[in-house]
Amino acid sequence: MTVSITVNGTARTFDVQTHHTLLRSLRDQLNRSGTKECCAEGECGACTVLLNGRAVNACLVLAVECDGEEVVTIEGLSTNGQLDPVQQAFVETGAVQCGFCIPGMIVAARYLLSSNPHPSENEIKEGLAGNLCRCAGYSRIIDAVELAAKRGQG
Amino acid sequence: MDIIGSSIPRLGAVERVTGAQQYAADIRVENALHVKLVSVPCAHARILAVHSNDAAGLPGVRGLFTAADLPHPVPRYGPVYTDRPMLATGETKFSGEPVAVVVAETEDAAKSAARLVRIEFEELPAVLSVDAALNAQSPLVQDAALRPNDPLAGTNTLREWQFGWGNVDEAAADLVVENDYSFPMVTHFAIEPHAFLAAPDANGVTVWSPTQHPYVLQRVVAAALHFPIARVRIIAPDPGGGFGGKGWPKVEPLMAWLALHVGRPVRLVLSLEETFQAARRASARIHARTGFSSDGRIVFQDIEANFLLGAYADIGARVVSKASYSACGPYRAAHARIAARALLSHTTPSTAFRGFGTPQASWAVESQLNQAAATLGIDAVEIRRRNLPARGEAFNPNDTPADGEWNTALTKAANAIAWSAPLAPNRGRGISLGLKSSSTASRSVAIVRLHFDGSASVLCGTSDMGQGARTVLMQIAAEELGLSPDRIAIVMGDTAVVPFDSSTSASRSTVFMGNAVIEACERVKMQLRQMAQTVPGADGMSPADLLQAHFGPTRGEVIGIGEAGNAYEPGHPLGGRAAFWELMCVACEVEVDPETGETTIHKLVLVSDVGKALNPHQVEAQDEGAAVMGIGHTLMEQLVLGADGRILNLGSLDYRIPSIKDVPLELESHLIENADGPGPYGAKGAGEGGTLAVSAAIGAAINQAAGITLRDLPLTPERIWRARNEKGRTRNE
Repeated sequence: MTVSITVNGTARTFDVQTHHTLLRSLRDQLNRSGTKECCAEGECGACTVLLNGRAVNACLVLAVECDGEEVVTIEGLSTNGQLDPVQQAFVETGAVQCGFCIPGMIVAARYLLSSNPHPSENEIKEGLAGNLCRCAGYSRIIDAVELAAKRGQG
Repeated sequence: MDIIGSSIPRLGAVERVTGAQQYAADIRVENALHVKLVSVPCAHARILAVHSNDAAGLPGVRGLFTAADLPHPVPRYGPVYTDRPMLATGETKFSGEPVAVVVAETEDAAKSAARLVRIEFEELPAVLSVDAALNAQSPLVQDAALRPNDPLAGTNTLREWQFGWGNVDEAAADLVVENDYSFPMVTHFAIEPHAFLAAPDANGVTVWSPTQHPYVLQRVVAAALHFPIARVRIIAPDPGGGFGGKGWPKVEPLMAWLALHVGRPVRLVLSLEETFQAARRASARIHARTGFSSDGRIVFQDIEANFLLGAYADIGARVVSKASYSACGPYRAAHARIAARALLSHTTPSTAFRGFGTPQASWAVESQLNQAAATLGIDAVEIRRRNLPARGEAFNPNDTPADGEWNTALTKAANAIAWSAPLAPNRGRGISLGLKSSSTASRSVAIVRLHFDGSASVLCGTSDMGQGARTVLMQIAAEELGLSPDRIAIVMGDTAVVPFDSSTSASRSTVFMGNAVIEACERVKMQLRQMAQTVPGADGMSPADLLQAHFGPTRGEVIGIGEAGNAYEPGHPLGGRAAFWELMCVACEVEVDPETGETTIHKLVLVSDVGKALNPHQVEAQDEGAAVMGIGHTLMEQLVLGADGRILNLGSLDYRIPSIKDVPLELESHLIENADGPGPYGAKGAGEGGTLAVSAAIGAAINQAAGITLRDLPLTPERIWRARNEKGRTRNE
């Protein structure tokens, strides 16, 4: 069937198979490969995107469910080459290693800060509990979110 | 600003935070067909027939292949042993081993067709444990015909080794501690599952793989295809996490054959579940007998290490020999005897995994020290101090002497954890050292091209899988050439472009590729000096001006080639001495909930002896990440097999790795820098250390907190709870 989804501010109309996930459509049809696939069962958070402003696992949402909705992916966070404060903080604190979990991590952090601009360390942990990273000890990721919060997330 | 020793941000960080970084699965090649592997739902089975007509008839299916379609004999491959068939032939040997492969125009068509392939099979008894592998009555995992002239061919022992010195049998000890320890089967769980592409090209074939070792993959693919190396090109995008799981070839030879056979590009992205079935860490059972004098000095170490490999050797035997060879850890012992076996089983082939077998051995040896300390009434820090060699001491008589201030690491860690402070109820502290032999025989080559405008490209075969090799190699080139970072390009990941490198493993890249880059830069500078002698007024000219004055309108460049490595020593049990020792000390304080058995790590301290941290943030982040990975196999991770050899907790729902809520409440990383390493500016390698010593430190702390003794990892709440509640038992099953 045909769906219309606003992705990073641009309306996109395209045909999808009813069993295809939002993740699949983003990566394979819309050429938005910044959103990553790992577990494909909603445990790792690598595919986190914003759906109408809320963080969701794009592997657990069907593309047809997003008809008429608004999606923001990692590619939609920076504007004109200017990094979002959360992205900037991840770079500065050394929170990025291999980077595969990072798009999902940053989108989840962005959502956390939009709903709670000054989270405590425990609230950061709660907010990112659904995003797995295998490289880091997570502490620099916490530092990054704290730095972004301190600067105001813009 | 001095760029060496400066924590400049990671190269590639911006691409990674914006989603622009292209990982293997993000690369699209025109006209690519999609590949899906088909296997049977058990580990060991005789393949009776493959019925593929229904599948082959589906729209979009372009091919369906079994071993019968491959050249005969079926091509086999492997980095050391040429034992793994491209597709299972006759029988399957582990759960998930591909029996058939579907190639189709779309991913959906490939998946649908794979579901329609019907494999008739007869399930056979599977060898799934150390005991079963050692039992002479068990079925043979590997066809004895593949092991000509091998006296062990009729057994499930792939190889065995005897290492050591002195005479353990005649050594007199006041106390002998003797125990069995077990270490679980765990999986790498890089967040990026494996993904591969292959395509015919004008010279032969190109394979895209997020491999850590492009030149190993090139050699193995070429051998499997009977191609000269020159006709195989490997493109290796930066891996989304490696940890050893992307080190050695997986299904790339099959992909290369498929691309050539169907004459089109082919693409395969494994699911996380398939990735679990593609690579894992060897489990191990270690029997340790350690003799001590009454003042806590180690008299002898007598270790029997049985590592359970999978159905094919991969690099598994090397893991066992290397870890066992230095299993005694960083301690002096007058006598040592290590008997090690690499055992085959009907399980996923085990491969390299951060620490390369040492975490398994260290769990046993360090826990032995803790028990001896308690029995002899000696503090756990003090007993280590009494056994640690001083710098320059040959603690392992056949290898590189102690090359760092290991006692300093111990003291630093003890102080940072407030070792002697009183403990609150249900709390405990533990400390442990870990020592890993680094790269033995290996080689790295780097090419530095100084371009006409004075900017430079550094070409090297290292893979940046998150450790930050690009950044460190750029820092080295910037220092050596006197260039600003934005004038340097680091080029990696294409065997058509970069020169030979043995591997990105064994914490070796900073040391060896770093030295190669330095030598390449020196050769560039030497040529510039020669050039300056022929150019009038060259004094004080910038390199760019000098190049322009020298070449004039024809333009040109200066190329320097550098090589570094350590030579192969035929007489050495490992083929070479350790280039340096990677030493880590871990100390921690934990709390165990007496009602649930749950462990909270209040603080974990890491101290590593790194020689020189070229980028301190990156080194610390490596140590922290490795430690958290170690917390995984210490507290929660374990692949559980069913009787049929299938992995019961296949996937992220049932196999848990540490999340942000599982990490220590405080995590501190300290570096010891005495510029005493063989690498650039005195650097030693780093990055695996955290995994080496975490288990025994946490284990000791849990034992103290809960008043128990556990010797089987992982130390799950259930095991801790049972040990507390079943008094009198010291060993949990």
